[in-house]
Formats: sequence, structure tokens, C-alpha cells
Amino acid sequence: MSTETERVTTDARRARRQARARGIADQASGGVRVLIAKLILVGIVDAVAIYAVLVLAGFGEWGVIAIVVAVATLVNWIYFSRRALPAKYLAPGVIFLALFQVFVLLYTGYVGFTNYGTGHNGSKEQAVNALTASSLERVPDSPAYPVAVVEGSGELGLLVTTPDGDALLGTSERPLEEVSGATFEGDRAVAAPGWETLQFADVLERQDEVTALSVPFSSDPDDGRLSTPDGSSAYRYLSTLEYDEATGSVTDTATGVVYEDIGTGAFTSADGEELMPGWKVAVGFDNFVKAVTDQRLAGPLVYVTLWTFAFALLTVALTFAIGLFLAITFNHPRMRGRRIYRALLILPYAIPSFLSALVWAGMMNQSFGFLNQVIFGGAEIPWLTDPWLAKASVLIVNVWLGFPYMFLVCTGALQSIPAELQEAARVDGANPAQAFRRITLPLLLVSIAPLLISSFAFNFNNFNVVYMLTDGGPRDSSAPIPVGHTDILISMVYKVAFTGQTRDYGLASAYTIIIFVLVAVISIIAFRRTKSLEELN
Amino acid sequence: MSSRRLASWFRDTGWRHLTGVVVLAVAMLPIVFVISSSLNPRGTLTGSNALFSAIGFDSYARILQNPQAPFPAWFANTLIISGITAILTVFLGALAAYAFSRMRFAGRRVGLISIVIVQMFPQLLAVVAIFLLLSALGDWFPAIGLNSRIGLILVYLGGALGVNTYLMYGFFNTIPQSIDEAARIDGAGHARVFFTIVLPLVTPILAVVALLSFIASVNEFVVASVVLIDADVQTLAVGLTKLVSNPRYADWSAFSAGAVMAALPVVALFLFLQKYIVGGLTAGAVK
Repeated sequence: MSTETERVTTDARRARRQARARGIADQASGGVRVLIAKLILVGIVDAVAIYAVLVLAGFGEWGVIAIVVAVATLVNWIYFSRRALPAKYLAPGVIFLALFQVFVLLYTGYVGFTNYGTGHNGSKEQAVNALTASSLERVPDSPAYPVAVVEGSGELGLLVTTPDGDALLGTSERPLEEVSGATFEGDRAVAAPGWETLQFADVLERQDEVTALSVPFSSDPDDGRLSTPDGSSAYRYLSTLEYDEATGSVTDTATGVVYEDIGTGAFTSADGEELMPGWKVAVGFDNFVKAVTDQRLAGPLVYVTLWTFAFALLTVALTFAIGLFLAITFNHPRMRGRRIYRALLILPYAIPSFLSALVWAGMMNQSFGFLNQVIFGGAEIPWLTDPWLAKASVLIVNVWLGFPYMFLVCTGALQSIPAELQEAARVDGANPAQAFRRITLPLLLVSIAPLLISSFAFNFNNFNVVYMLTDGGPRDSSAPIPVGHTDILISMVYKVAFTGQTRDYGLASAYTIIIFVLVAVISIIAFRRTKSLEELN
Repeated sequence: MSSRRLASWFRDTGWRHLTGVVVLAVAMLPIVFVISSSLNPRGTLTGSNALFSAIGFDSYARILQNPQAPFPAWFANTLIISGITAILTVFLGALAAYAFSRMRFAGRRVGLISIVIVQMFPQLLAVVAIFLLLSALGDWFPAIGLNSRIGLILVYLGGALGVNTYLMYGFFNTIPQSIDEAARIDGAGHARVFFTIVLPLVTPILAVVALLSFIASVNEFVVASVVLIDADVQTLAVGLTKLVSNPRYADWSAFSAGAVMAALPVVALFLFLQKYIVGGLTAGAVK
């Protein structure tokens, strides 16, 4: 018993000693060049990190600073520690993976639970500022403040002289603040250090910019803003919208309507009217509920999802069938010119797919395209504008793009099947069809099945073909979002988020989460069936 | 040739040639069409329908000199962005594959499985978050924010460990470990073994991964189109797609000329590295 524990401890100790010895040997044999390269690279990382911390401190982003410092410390530890050998090789890729793949995927999930989008872009504070800067009206008894228009680091500002003779300076973003060292001409401030004063001619030339400039009077938005109609004297303007910090509501002083913050991310009046811009808030499952229960959204979601599956499945089935057929056809020892056929058949695969799809879109144009004009003799076949025909066209083009790949991999797989098996089958009296079905195909599928699954996964999100060929169209005019009859899920996400009149990041991300779930389910089934994860070692 | 011999020739290999010719005609049609219309001096789509009715290089000159569509800039941006992405992807992927293939450590299996799972969720699904992340980053560091080519490269590198590591991992495993052990006995450190012994032996897979990564970035539209805003920083995929967003009114010949020039480097690389690719394809790449 005691000897057993003893041996375990000595083994552990010996293993540790061996590890240390290996580390020392590594250090000793790494050479000066490796050390210098390491110092330079880690030095660059540290320099970038310090620069980032300084910049971020200027913005007061303490949370981000903490992350930057943590990552930089980790990198330094990994590369100067004698342990953590695997981490030295994994760290660079993992850092990028963590930020630009894992984090953004999780963040998409978060956005799906917010109302982020056009009109709901920033914080509540920004919304209040934007609202009180709009619908401005000149205060009837406002004194005329003498001003000079100044410019600094690309933005215009107002240099204001108060009735007490103080010089104040502000921009559309920064409220008025006293400036020291202003130059006075008489009792009027005309220049401030670090700012360039616009001359009369400049003011005339940039009149639109100057009159549009409005500077917050103080940090309290209800104090109103200063604007100058002529570039020499400014007046105080008050918004008819007044923000009450105590109740968190906005009142329109002209009409007396009160707009309350009812938790939907916009000030809303009693009869449901919303003031825009609003702000970003978490809305729970609202986006999902809307996507599934709103009649005009639920319909498109269902047909887009069905088409996504149909598109991916049919593409895999058709490309595999054609690719296998061609592979068998050309896999014949007595056939001449096989190499030429193969070389030319690869071309559709070698050309970037976005280009091919764009060229096909031109060829399939209804009135002027090559297909209708030349091959179909002037017929007006609506290849891309009829809902069903457009689906067929997308499939045709995608099969055209994908069959050479299947042809290549099937040829490879066929050639790796020993010829003796075929011969044995023939000797046993099997006809060619039987030999193919019972011997060749099962063997082929062993090596091709994983590729069929990854081809399905790829085509499930094959954005380019759909977007370049039909742009998802023909457009479904009954839907409130830009969606069409050939859209697949990912192209619908893109169009909801980035095209159309309003951008709805929240709804688009909710759709993305639906894709996540579908992909996860498919992957689990695929991994279960192929047992590929179990084989990893 | 007697009709009997002809019939038996047809049954044996003739029908194969017939199939081949038909398939080739379909496969080559768009390629022939785009080459023909790129040589057509007239601009319209209709004018391109009579194949090779006119030969000239006017449309090449037009696409190269159009100030609204800075084709040379798109071309350069595409080569730079895709080239740098490809090189760094290979490097990051090879480092990780070396660790997974040659070292035994806690979390190794979990790491491999995570990489396989993460690759099921391609980056383009997160396009909304990538856009929001880059616009936030751009407020602090304009050099890597929206409208920045460097920012786009960084985003693409997030996908470096996906498919590629797994592909390389498989290939690394085929190099016998006794080779690096011999080197270690001779006193080489792990970095020396990696750079001077393992990397040269795995060149074929490095070439395949570099090419696949290059093609993927050339083809990438979703992320590039939301990140790159100004015309002179865009890639070919973004620029050319916007150029022919309405093929009826676009200068179709100029687009065709651009498409031919855009396809050339990729096709050339593809044919040049063909023998490596066909092997690498069966290891899991898709289009």
C-alpha cells in the first residue's frame, strides 16, 4: 500500500522533473534568433495594448480596458512561461476565434432580444438630446449674443460673448463652456486658442452649415440651444419638447401632449404615438413572437425556411447524382481524351462563384438575356421573375456551380476502390447494375457521406448564388420586410438588417437565432450518424 | 468503319464522348458568353448576344478608367485582403494543428471538438454583430473600424481556425512523429522542429489551405459589403455586384471585361495548384 503511493509520488515527481528538463532543453536549444523574434512579437502586442488602453481611457471605456489588459497579460504569461507549451501555438488563432467568431455569434444572440435598428440606435440619453435638439423655436425675448464661428479638428463651434463679458465656446456635441485666453476685440470675443475663426467670406460660403449649427446652452437639455442665423449674433432656441428628468417623460409644450417612457424604447403618448428617435432596450422574446405570430411575417418565415431546406437538399442530391454519373462515365480505361474533359469540367468550379452567378443573371434576363434571345429563339421566359421558375433557375445555377466538385471527389473515391472487387462480383455472376448498387455505391458513400453533409451545411447558407442571381426576388409585396420567393434564411437576415427603408437588427438577429437552432439540430443528427466526433483523438 | 463496328464503338466509349460534349457545352456556355461580351465594344446586354460578332478591347479600357467604378482599386483590395488573409490563416492554422497533432494536453479533445462545432456556424451568420462590433471599434480606433480593410482582414482571421485546422491536423498526423523526435534528440527546440522540420514536410496542405482561404475571401460578399462602405476600399465581389445590380442598364461589356480579369488570378492559381487541390478537396472542402 505504502510502496504504491510512494511509486505514484515519485512518478509524478519524475514526470515534473522531466517536464522541467524538457523546458530547459527547449530554452537552451531555441537559439538567440527564436528569443529575439519572441521578444519583438510580444513587444508589438504590448505596444498595441498600451496604445489601446490610452485611447480607451480617453473614452472612459473601463470595461474594455480590463479585457485588453487581461488578454495582454495572458499573452505575456504564455510566451514567457516555461510551461503552457501548447498555448504558445494555440493562442494567436484562439484570440481571433474568440473575438470575431464566438463573441460575435453570442452578441448576435443578444441583439435578437433587443429592438436595435433604425430609430433605436443609441442610449436613452442620446435620444433625449436628439429630441430636444429638434423642433426648436426661438425664445421670444432672447438677448442677441455676439458670436464668432470657429472651427477646430473638423467641426464647427460657436464662440459666444455673454452680457457679462465672458467668452464661452461650444459645439453641437459639447455644451457651452468658458474658454481661457480668448482674444477680445472691444467687448467681443473673436478668437480662441486651438480654434480657427471663420472670416465673413467663409461664413457666407458655408452658410448652410453655419445656420444648421446649434450648440447646447448647458448640459441640461431643457436649457435650450444657441443658433446663429447670420454668423455674428446668436439667439436662444428652446425645443417645444421638454424632458422631465424626475418622471422620465417628454412633454410637447406646444400641444401639451405628454410622452411617457413605457419600456418599449421610445417616448409614447397616451394614444400610442411614438417620438422618434427612440433608444435601444431589451425586448425579451418580442422579436420571436412578432416573427411567428404576425401574419405578414409568419408566412414568409415558413416558406423561406422550407425553401432553404429544399434548396440545400436538392442541390446536394442533383450535384451528387450528376457528379457521380460523370465520374463513372469518364472512369473508363479505353476512353480517349479523359484528361481534357476533366480539365475543362473543373473550370466552373475554379471561377469565383459570385462572378458566375452575376453572368448567369445577365444570361437569364427576360427581355435581353442570351438564353431567351438566342437559345429559346426570342421567347420571353421569366427565368428570374416568376416565383417558381426563379426557384428552378437558382437551382440550375447552383448545380452548374457545384457539380464539378462532386465530379472531382467521386472520381477520386471511385479510383480508390480496388478493381478486384468488381471482378470478383462479375465472377460471382453479378451484372454491372448489381455490382454498382451492392459494391461500388456503398464503398463510395463511406468516403463521400461526410462531404455530402458538409456540402448540405454549406448550401444551407449559400448566400452568394441567391443574392447575385435573383436578389431573393421576385419580391413578396405583401410582406412588410424586404423578402422574396427565392430568399433563403441567411439572405433574408441580410436584407432585413441592411437593405430597405428601415434596418431592423433585432428582427434580423432573431432570424439568425432560428438558423443557429436549425444548424445545431442538423449537426447533432449528422454527428450522431457519422460518429465523426467519437473518432476524434 | 462498318456500321456494326460503329455501334459497338458507341456502346463502349462513343456515348461517353457524346455525354462529355453535351456537359462541356453547358459548362462552358457562360464562360464563352462572358469572354465574347467582354470583347464586344458595344455596352449593352442585347449587343452581347451575337457571340464574337465584334472583337475589340474598348470595354477593358472602359472598366479600367471608369471613375465611378474604380476597378483597379477593387482588384488591388481583393488581392491584398485575400492574400494577407490566406497567408495569416495558413500560419495560425498550422500553429494550432501542430499543437493538436504533436502535444498531449488537458482540453485537447475538447478543443478539437469545439473547432469542428464552431465551423458549423459560419461567420456570415454573425454579420449583424460584426457590423455593430466594427462600428463600435471604429469610434475608438478608426484604423480597424467600419470602412477599413485591416478591420475586414481581422474579421476574416476569426475564421482561421475553422475548417482549416482540422484539415491540417489530419495531414500533420500523417507525418511520422519519429522525425521530430530524432530532431529533438539532436537538440532542436519545439519552435525549431516546427519551422524547419514539420512545415516543409506539410507544404502540400499549406498550399491547399492557402488557396481555399484565398478563394473564400475573394468570394466573400456578406461581411465585406457591410464593412467596406466607400467605393475605393471595396473588393471585387462588392464592387462588381453593385455595378450590375440592374443588368439591363449596366455597361454589360465593361462588367464582362472586369469579370474576366477578376477570374483570371483565381483560375490561374487553381489550375497551377490543381494536383494538390484534388487531394485536399476530399479532405472536406466544399463549394
